[in-house]
Amino acid sequence: MDMKTANKKLSLKDKYKLFTRDLGWEPTYRTKEEVFPYVQYEGIKIHDWDKWEDPFRLTMDSYWKYQAEKERKFYAIIDAHAQNNGHLHITDARYLSALKVFLQAISPGEYAAHKGFARVGREFPGVGTQVACQMQAIDEIRHAQTQIHALSNYNKFYNGFHGFAEHRDRIWYTSVARSFFDDAMAAGPFEFMIAIGFSFEYVLTNLLFVPFMSGAAYNGDMATVTFGFSAQSDEARHMTLGLECIKFMLEQDPDNLPIVQAWIDKWFWRGIRVLSLVSTMMDYMLPKRVMSWREAWNIYGIENGSALFKDLARYGIRAPKGWDHAEEAIDHMSHQLMLGLYQWKFGTSFHVWIPSDEDMDWLSKKYPTTFDKYYRPRWEHIKKHEAATGAPFNNFGLPKLCQCCQLPTLFTEPGDPTLICHRESVYQGERYHFCSDGCKDIFDNEPEKYIQAWLPMPGLMQDPLNGDLAGWMDWVFLKNGEDNGDYATSQDKHNFELWRSMASSNQ
Amino acid sequence: MTVVARKEYVAVPRDRVENFNGKQLVFISWDHHLLLSAPIMFCLLPQATFGELIESHLLPLLQADPDTAALDWSKVEWLKEGQPWVPDFEASLAANGIGHKEQLRMHTPGLNTVCAVN
Repeated sequence: MDMKTANKKLSLKDKYKLFTRDLGWEPTYRTKEEVFPYVQYEGIKIHDWDKWEDPFRLTMDSYWKYQAEKERKFYAIIDAHAQNNGHLHITDARYLSALKVFLQAISPGEYAAHKGFARVGREFPGVGTQVACQMQAIDEIRHAQTQIHALSNYNKFYNGFHGFAEHRDRIWYTSVARSFFDDAMAAGPFEFMIAIGFSFEYVLTNLLFVPFMSGAAYNGDMATVTFGFSAQSDEARHMTLGLECIKFMLEQDPDNLPIVQAWIDKWFWRGIRVLSLVSTMMDYMLPKRVMSWREAWNIYGIENGSALFKDLARYGIRAPKGWDHAEEAIDHMSHQLMLGLYQWKFGTSFHVWIPSDEDMDWLSKKYPTTFDKYYRPRWEHIKKHEAATGAPFNNFGLPKLCQCCQLPTLFTEPGDPTLICHRESVYQGERYHFCSDGCKDIFDNEPEKYIQAWLPMPGLMQDPLNGDLAGWMDWVFLKNGEDNGDYATSQDKHNFELWRSMASSNQ
Repeated sequence: MTVVARKEYVAVPRDRVENFNGKQLVFISWDHHLLLSAPIMFCLLPQATFGELIESHLLPLLQADPDTAALDWSKVEWLKEGQPWVPDFEASLAANGIGHKEQLRMHTPGLNTVCAVN
């Protein structure tokens, strides 16, 4: 019999079409506006949702297959890491500070991104969009889980890992990342896509993950390298989604341009403030450093960012408003923030230290125009002060915080690195302070959103703590004398050296 | 509208003065003195005198800075809301017109601590 039979195997495109067709139904007893109530209020005009191309379109069955394979590999390596005493194979226990900051400030952001994508997947009407957002939501929760699992082995041996969820909500230096994600999750679906899908995933993610994962590799942390690899192949899909979304908005209607540009300006600046934490990890916390924060910015910020904005120029998009200010600040931000973290170390759930002479020489080589002039004298003075008094240099003066990014207002005036940048706005008779023009602009554009920010320092002065520092430590899950303070006197240092010497001697 | 929202949206500020049990916040910073990284937050009664704020609250924290010993309080140039301003050390914060979350800046030409001044 020569009867032709249909191909048993569907093409990927047909499969995708069949898979998604039922998502795109026409409502009969409710209007489209009632079913998708959130797509219009931001002012973005969309005429044809089918124009949203998802070049990475995957069907669920292949998605599960790939992800399951990655999970198997990941957990095999994590098990091996635990069984081989991976916690003793890192360069030394100073490296753990970078991990703690990551776990407390960044990993919860993965979870927030999961919630956000699950939500916008429901809020967008387009079928391709819904599927892409749904898969990214699943990726993000997987990233949060793998990070927590990878680092949980360290929690068995070292301090400062145990309360990351509470630290995320309550401690002061994590609130820059928390407020970033809260802001994105409280925005409409299109702004969320620009905030997370574009600014974070596309423009800034390389500055965060590449140096961090290389840092892990340089410092012998296989667990972290593994979750980096496991997440990396998802990131390519996420970056494509972010870029497609922005092109889609700009192609749909010329009125969308000023709205999108304002979001790019805003989220670039918010991202720079989150990355200031990363800058301290790169320049100060890694015992074996990969590259300086400045070098990372040159590669992943300037080179990649410039190419991207050149590409978007045909839509009328220009580089973010804070770009030039950021470029100037790159040579200062890690030093300014690290000096702050050092003097408020009684309130950090990780350890800090004064850079050694060798480290300071490295910093002055990497920052030839700023370190020796502005920052080495301060570190040297602190060192002298500690030697003279025999006590750690602490600043018990609690800092003023920025109403927008929530970091202490410790960054300096553009053009003058010796003067704190003071900015304030008055809204409905109430005064608000900012660290920069970028943060003030964000507030002034939507004051009603930011006046309700919960700021850790003023919060400490209200009921029920009323300024009680010991009570505050309990509340933020910070164990005084264990989680905080100088590395030199920490249990982490003591234990790491003790256990390592037991592994290599017969004592 | 002052926030992008689908309907009328009214937010409640978290740091209004009534949340501080009769006290208020005030911030002080010392221009070109960055050994202490950020403006310092103080929480005290509006009836406290300005002298008390300086003597009992600010001075102990400033001890870390080597310029503090050379500080002549009668020569400090104060800025309030960015404008030159002269405090009355005997009068209360309220009588000095120092409101909740006010930022005061000290300017001391000639003293420039451990970091270079441009």
